[in-house]
This record gives sequence, C-alpha cells and structure tokens, in this order.
Amino acid sequence: MNEHVDSVKTYTVVWLILLALTAITTTVAYVDLGAFSVVVALLIAAIKMLLVALFFMHMRYSTKLTRLAAAGAFLWLFIMMAFTLADVWTRGLVGTLGR
Amino acid sequence: MADQAHAQVETLALREQFDTPEQQKETSTLGMWIFLITEVMFFGGLFLVYTIYRNVYPTVFGRASTSLNATIGAVNTAVLLCSSFTMVLAVRSAQLGKRKALVIFLILTMLLGLMFLGVKAYEWNEKFVEHHVPGTHFHFEGVAEQGPAQLFFSLYFAMTGLHALHMVVGVGILSWLLYHAVRGRFTAEYMTPVDIAGLYWHFVDIIWIFLFPLLYLIDRHMNLP
Amino acid sequence: MNTAAIEERETYLNAGYGLKSWLLTKDHKRIAILYLITVTFFFFIGGIFASLIRIELLTPQGDLVSSDTYNKLFTMHGITMIFFFLIPSIPATLGNFFLPMMIGARDLAFPRINLLSWYLLVIGGLFAIFAMLAGGVDTGWTFYTPYSTTYSNTWVIATAIGIFVSGFSSILTGLNFIVTVHRMRAPGMTWFRMPLFVWSQYATAIIQVLGTPVIAVTLLLVFCERAFHIGIFDPALGGDPVLFQHMFWFYSHPAVYIMVLPGMGVVSELISVYSRKPVFGYHFVAFSSIAIAVIGFLVWGHHLFVSTQSVYAGLVFSFLSYCVAIPSAVKVFNWTATLYKGSISFATPMLYAFGFIGLFTIGGLTGLFVASLGFDVHVTDTYFVIAHFHYVMVGGTIMAYMGGLHYWWPKMTGRLYPEGWAKLSAAIIFVGFNLTFFPQFILGYLGMPRRYHFYPPEFQVLHVLSTAGASVLAVGYLLPAIYLFWSLRYGEVAGANPWGATGLEWKTQSPPPVHNFDEIPVVTHEAYDYSTVVGEVIEVG
Repeated sequence: MNEHVDSVKTYTVVWLILLALTAITTTVAYVDLGAFSVVVALLIAAIKMLLVALFFMHMRYSTKLTRLAAAGAFLWLFIMMAFTLADVWTRGLVGTLGR
Repeated sequence: MADQAHAQVETLALREQFDTPEQQKETSTLGMWIFLITEVMFFGGLFLVYTIYRNVYPTVFGRASTSLNATIGAVNTAVLLCSSFTMVLAVRSAQLGKRKALVIFLILTMLLGLMFLGVKAYEWNEKFVEHHVPGTHFHFEGVAEQGPAQLFFSLYFAMTGLHALHMVVGVGILSWLLYHAVRGRFTAEYMTPVDIAGLYWHFVDIIWIFLFPLLYLIDRHMNLP
Repeated sequence: MNTAAIEERETYLNAGYGLKSWLLTKDHKRIAILYLITVTFFFFIGGIFASLIRIELLTPQGDLVSSDTYNKLFTMHGITMIFFFLIPSIPATLGNFFLPMMIGARDLAFPRINLLSWYLLVIGGLFAIFAMLAGGVDTGWTFYTPYSTTYSNTWVIATAIGIFVSGFSSILTGLNFIVTVHRMRAPGMTWFRMPLFVWSQYATAIIQVLGTPVIAVTLLLVFCERAFHIGIFDPALGGDPVLFQHMFWFYSHPAVYIMVLPGMGVVSELISVYSRKPVFGYHFVAFSSIAIAVIGFLVWGHHLFVSTQSVYAGLVFSFLSYCVAIPSAVKVFNWTATLYKGSISFATPMLYAFGFIGLFTIGGLTGLFVASLGFDVHVTDTYFVIAHFHYVMVGGTIMAYMGGLHYWWPKMTGRLYPEGWAKLSAAIIFVGFNLTFFPQFILGYLGMPRRYHFYPPEFQVLHVLSTAGASVLAVGYLLPAIYLFWSLRYGEVAGANPWGATGLEWKTQSPPPVHNFDEIPVVTHEAYDYSTVVGEVIEVG
C-alpha cells in the first residue's frame, strides 16, 4: 500500500534480527536438546517467516482476506501431513485390510 | 455503441477491466498472494515426503544431514536474508518514486541472489565429488542402510533444486524489473510489478528459511565428529 | 429481430476477424469459445478410446488388442477424459464466459493470464497427444509406483509433462476466478446476491488452487525418478510406494469435486429457471459448495483402503467420506424442494438437470457403498467402482455440462438450438448412459475386475449390454455436436432473454458486446427474483 511506507530503520532492525536468529539456530543445532531440537529449529524458522511476512511482505497492512488465504495455505499443508502421518504411524497395528 | 460508454483510456495503472487504480493494485496483490498459496502446496508436497521419511529413518537422516556443511548453509541463508532486505528497500524506493535508489537496490538484490546460486552450485559440486548424488555411483560413508541415505540426498537435491529454479526465475523477473526501472516506467503511483515481485522474492526466501534447518541441522549434536 | 440486425451489431464474435484476433484475445468470452473447441476435441478423443475398450469387451477373450495395448487404451481414456475434458469443461467454458457477466464485471481480473491458461491446456494436450501417438502410456491414469517410475516402458514422462502443464492451466483459472469474485463484483452485487453458479465456481477454484500443485509436484517426482533415478518412491531404497498414492489422491480426490461442483452450479441455475422459482434454501446451497470443497480434501484415503494403509486411518477416512455426502444431499433436497409448486418447463436443459439429479443421486449413493471399508474390500478395483464414478462424472457432470451448454447457447451464439432434436438427443443419452453403466454395477459386484480385457464367459451378457449402451450413448453425443454446429448458421435468432431468466447475463444482448454491458449495472435485487422478469416472452420450451 502506498500509504504505508515503513522506515529504513524498521527494515534494518528486522533484517538484523533475522541474521541473529540464523546464527542462533545454527549454534543451537550443536546443543543436545533431544527431541526438542526439531521443535526449536521449527520455532525459530517460524519466527523468521513471520518477520519476513509481516514486515517485508507488508502483511501488517494487508487485508483480512490475504491473511486468511495465507493461514489457509498452512492449514492445508498441515492437513496433508497430519493425515498421511496418521497412516504411517498406525500401520500394521490391527493387521491389514483385506488380508 | 458499447465501446463509447466505456471510453476510459487504458493505461498501465488502470487497465480496462478495472474501475480505479486502487482496485487494480489490490487485485494484483491478491492475485500474487493466491499464487503464493499454490507455491506453498507445491513445495509442501516435498516437505511432506521429507516429513515422512525423516520420521521413518531418523538416524540415517541425521548422519546424512551432518555431512552437509552447516557453515556454508548458514552463510547462504544470510545472503538470502540480505537479498530480502535489499528487495524491500527496492520496493520502498519505488513507493517513494526514487528511481535511482530503486535501480541500485534491484541490482544489489540480483547480485545477492546470484551469489546464493553460485554457492549452491559449489555445494552441489561437492556432493558430486563425494558420491552423494543419487544414482548408480551413490555411496555414503558411515551408514549401513544406503537406501535411506540416498532418499535423504534425493530430497536434498529435489528441494534445493526446486528452490534454486525459483531463484533463477526470480532473478529473471528482477532483470525485467530492472530493465523497466531504468526506463522510468515505475512511479509512486504505479509500482505494482515491483511490489508483487517483492512478494515472490520474499516467499522464495521463506522457503529457504525452512529448508536450511530441515536439511542442514538435523541432529548435529548427535553426530559430532 | 432479423438476421441482418445481428450482423450489423457489434458483438464479441464479430469485433475483429482473423486468427490473430482470436489467438491473442483478452476477451473472456472468446477464450471460453477457444476452450469449448479444445475440450470438445479431447472429449471425442477420449470417446474413441472408450469405444475401443467397449468393443474389446464384447467378447470374453482378449482378442481385439493385446493386453499391453488394452492397458494403454484405458490409461489414455482416463487421462484424456479427466485432465483434458472434465476438469476444464464447465469452469473454462461456461465459467469463463459467464462468471464475469453474472457478477456484472467487464472481464476477469487477469485477462491475459486467462489466455495463458488456455495455451497451457493446449500445450499440455499436445504433450499428451504426442505420447499417445508415439506409443502410448500404460500405467493407468493413476500412475501408481513403482510401475510408473521403474518398470513401465511407455511414454510416462511425456504424459506426466502434459498433465503437469495442464495442471497449471487449472491453477491459473482458479486463481483468476477467486480474485475476480472477491474484487470485481458490480455495485450492489453482494455475496448472497450472486447466482449459485458463481458460488460453485468459487468453491471449485479453491480446490484448484490448493490441490493441483500437489499432483504437480508428485508428477515432478515421478519424472525425476524416471529421468534421474532419484528414487523417492522406490522400495529398494526404503521408499514408500503408498506415499505416492497419498500424494496422488490428495489432489485426485478433490479433483472429482472440481469436476462435479460446477455441474451442481449449473443445475442450480437450470432448476430455478425452469420452475420459475428461486432456489430453495439459497444459503444452504451456497455454503454446501464450500463444505464440499473443504471436506473433499479430507477423504482421499478412501482410495487407499486396500493399499496397506492403516486400518485406523481407513476408519477416519471412511467416516469423513460419509460426511462429504451430506452437503451433496443438501443440494439434491433443495433442488427438489425448488420444484415444489414451481411452473415446470421441460425444455432440454431441464431434462438434463433432471437427468443429473437422478443419476448423480445413484452415483453418490454408491459412493457411500464404496466408502464403507468392508464393502470396499469386496468391490475395490472392480467394475462397481467404474460404474460409480461414471454415474457421477458422466451421469452427473457431463449431463450438467450439456444442460448448461444448451441453456446458455442462445446467449453465447445468438441462436436457438433445434428443440426437437435436442430433446431426442437428451433422451438417447439418458437411455444409452444407463444401458452402458448400470450393468457395470452388477458386473463389479459379481467380481469382474477393472482394467482386464478378458473375463469369464458368464460375464459376457452384461458386457454386451454395456457395449450396446455405449453405442447408443455415442449417437446421443454426436447429435448435439451436429445440430449445435448447424444452429450457428441456420438456428432461429435468439433474443436477449429467451428463457425469461434472472441473472445479469440475460440483461445484455445475445451474443454479448465485447465489454459485456453498455453500462455496469447496479444490483438491487436478490438472485432469482422472477418479479424482475415478469412479462418477458419465453421463446422456447
């Protein structure tokens, strides 16, 4: 939107945070967090994604429809993964259908 | 006659199917966001395959991931983040009607993008040399199950390859923007192509933001030499 | 109105002559006609494959063609009909032509992307035709791995590219429709004043946008596996062939709703016009389209019941498959209720609408049969499933497509089709269709497997009935091709609103001018408000 022109300072701060988070996620990878390693990695990635989306892609100023659409995309991705995993994780527990 | 009632002159900022430039701008932006949704599902298929196989072969994936150079990966991530920074500054310059700044930032973004691709090519070459490219000559040291290791690298090449392809397209789009920016085609009133190209560029960056930890940083702490 | 008057008026058809004015058009109406020609071409190609299949199945021996050739026949029949006919059919022809007009817009949001969509369909189609001519593909339209990735010696890659490219045609159409409905409605055209056809196209577009990319990336992986030996689905490497099936059906199940939802939208329009009543329960019908689109994404595992998918997952998918029938049933009930105390006309489009309701109901109910785990173990991969999906796709979608084509023909061409021949063809299609496919339910239940060209002799009677039906059906489809074409020159000239219908598309000339409306209308009435068309002369039926 032409009405919302963010300052160079805003963008610079976001950029520096993104770089910092990259450094953090790389170093944390060498720390033993067990099963939480992947959670932390995805969490940091999600934060970086939100920063890029909100500030660089101007999602802060976008319409509700745009945000709904973006959320919908991730919901659909989640559905695809969840139901497929539901199959993979429960295979063979009660035998196989038709056999 | 039908056309006379519809006498508005078609300009870049107001094409004939629209009533106002604002409508055109909002419509174009929505259109790009919907396109990005399709890209989420497109890459999503690969993320699904990754999720399933990492779930089934966690150890092998960990070892294979550790064999990638995390420093190079992190540096490349930083390069891409910098390119997003220069891209948003390019968009900002266009919003303010600053032609020279727009041109400079577009060039910087392209250079950073090309740098990313160059590093990627170097990494791929490394994989080739180490026999980690899936196919008849594949061999990964350190695991008994060569099959799942090959699956990891198939995913590595498929995901980074598809991402790189999108980067190449992105650089192409930027060069088209550059060509027109130099000729003064973009003004504060009409900079939609720069705006939506920015959305695309940032999206490709977001894909990498996820690719980096998922491919390079799996269980590193478990596989320290 | 005499013929000379039409030729003097500028319409979208005569505004510019020559190949370039058509191949470089930005007019959604011309693009719709380009699509019409293209999908009709592919329909007849698919029909040729169907004819060969049915002729082969006249005898219990596999004597007309070899088994390998037969595999290619059913594969190419499926691919042509699904990807190059059914998926684009209603959205890209009737949707392209009428969605902008129905909401009072001058064109779609992105006219040049609309043209690109058509070119992508044509290019994809050329890849597929090349594959067919070069030797064919024999994997089944479902491309199951590892056969398609490792063992098949046929033109899998070329076909996959063709489908991949045509997929982007579908994605861009969906994108265009979604943005158009959100941003290009005329003043006063609120969401709940839009015709139900627009709601169904919108729901379809959501599926196109969310689902198609997944099959695109899946086919890309098949391509990579064949070309570069990147074995994602290869069991020898620890890959999972069933994962392919998950990804394939994640799109291909919602794809069937891409095929049927637009048909349902057409039926809503037809039922209303030919009973001269608003559709009963407008809001329910509108929301049911969205519900089908959403729930339709949650049921794909019902194609994997016997694939070694887990029983627990199967239970969930089975339950959700029952759920998706509910919004479809809502539509059928509401259409029926619309008829009550309506002023029913039996014009040809209405005959097709009735055909849809009856045949889609049978097809849909048999869908519930196969959604049941226990029953599906018995009938999966038999002719029961084939009959089920042909009832919904042909008895459903194609009936609706024919109905819509006839209904909107006067608007698109400025000519009336010959009603007598049209009614006859509708009857022939109905009889031919049922004769072809009802025996297949019995065949399947008795155990006749699908994709086999030789079978036990006791099945022959039913197969002969089915082939006889197919011959009748073929005649039924050829007749409209002839008389519709004939009507372009010799049909009676149509007025702006021969059916006395509501809807903005009927408020402009037949054929419409290039910019649709002389002035963009301001909408003040609800959809299907027949008080606005009192006194309109109904020219046909």
